Amino acid sequence: MEENRITHLTGLIVIGGSAGSLDVILRVLPLLKTTMQVPVIIVLHRKISEENILTELLTAKTNLPVKEVEDGDVLVGGTIYIAPADYHLLLEKQGGLSLDASEKINYSRPSIDVTFESAAEAFGKKLTAIILSGANADGSAGMKIVKQHGGICLAQNPATASAAYMPQYAINHVAVDSILNADEIAAYINAQ
Amino acid sequence: MENTYIHDHEIDILLNDVVSLYGYDFSEYARASLGRRINRLFALDKFPSFAEFRYKIRTDADYFSRFVEEITVNVTEMFRDPSFYKALREEVLPVLATHPFIRIWHAGCSTGEEVFSMAILLQEANLLHKSLLYATDINPKVLEKLRTGMFPLSQMKQYSENYIASGGKEDFSKYYTANYERARFDASLSKSIIVSTHNLVSDRSFNEFQLIVCRNVLIYFDRPLKDKAFVLFDESLEKLGFLALGSKENLKFSPVAHKFRQLDNKQKIWRKIE
Repeated sequence: MEENRITHLTGLIVIGGSAGSLDVILRVLPLLKTTMQVPVIIVLHRKISEENILTELLTAKTNLPVKEVEDGDVLVGGTIYIAPADYHLLLEKQGGLSLDASEKINYSRPSIDVTFESAAEAFGKKLTAIILSGANADGSAGMKIVKQHGGICLAQNPATASAAYMPQYAINHVAVDSILNADEIAAYINAQ
Repeated sequence: MENTYIHDHEIDILLNDVVSLYGYDFSEYARASLGRRINRLFALDKFPSFAEFRYKIRTDADYFSRFVEEITVNVTEMFRDPSFYKALREEVLPVLATHPFIRIWHAGCSTGEEVFSMAILLQEANLLHKSLLYATDINPKVLEKLRTGMFPLSQMKQYSENYIASGGKEDFSKYYTANYERARFDASLSKSIIVSTHNLVSDRSFNEFQLIVCRNVLIYFDRPLKDKAFVLFDESLEKLGFLALGSKENLKFSPVAHKFRQLDNKQKIWRKIE
């Protein structure tokens, strides 16, 4: 039964962001319909001290359930998951969520690359990876693997990002499927 | 190189080799993280193919010990999550103090930073003289480092900040002497620490404790193996003993959950109530 769990989900969206991405998330969340079917995972670079505040902040912006991931959680459609500070977040093929406290990647833990890559392997074509504002190259290597597994890659329009480097880096190195602003990202998620 | 990648079925082959040749069973480790660690080592050591990687592991025992060291996660720090240590000081140590003799098990202690942190807490509570800290890990190499009682000097600023945030009132530097790039911790701390290999997958309970600390170890196990470890901890804890887990771990869904009650402080500390 465990093996089939993942097939109950029509897809998965993973959003990665760094500097300047919180504003975008705060604009996207209120636009999401409560009928959303897919789970959404948010991986944000941040200081450890901001940890609890982030989940509270995002919870206030949506009627969808928001959950900071704990070890052993299993993905449920229509839920927004936050990668906890100081852990990498990985996806198991059965739809479980795993945490990993190993070395930082791209100076970051959680690393967006780590989650994109393991989500790509677990979800293949059902995955959409979205990269937002940031001043770091994290996410691009993971997006390459998302493409290799047939998933969809979206980047925030660098012109609308307060730190353009991260989405621009992804656009330069990965054949992203679309370049979107915040409203369009929300519309994309609502259409899943 | 970029496209060379160890696939799931190849990982199964490797894990079979490893258990049959060396007796280490990683088959119940959470696969996403284990797969990433194995692929990371494969890339780091620049193997041209899976076959050569497999051959090296099968035939070179020294390389196998590197394999164990690299695929297990050994990231740790002193007074990691200071609020956890504050809760130990304020809520757990006063209970332990009522015992004539204190036994604590650090399961999966890696290089021992958290064990030395505990020894400092006990010293400050004037309990270290009647305490034994059992420090165990699957990996003999990290235990060699623990036995030296030395940690990188470059980390001491961070550890000192953690120590203060945990409620420490002393000058942290009094616990070590700087020795080139290393900080050598006082022998009065290490003399209460007993170091041994122990594999949570295959080894049994070896004593009864008042406190078991196992933080960020079970996150690498799949559900059935986590449950097995929780049963082992239950068997190894006295009634009214304490179990401490990592900040994102939970006893809630384990088969022994009904025997434990979480302390009312948001920390991941449970007390065995029956």
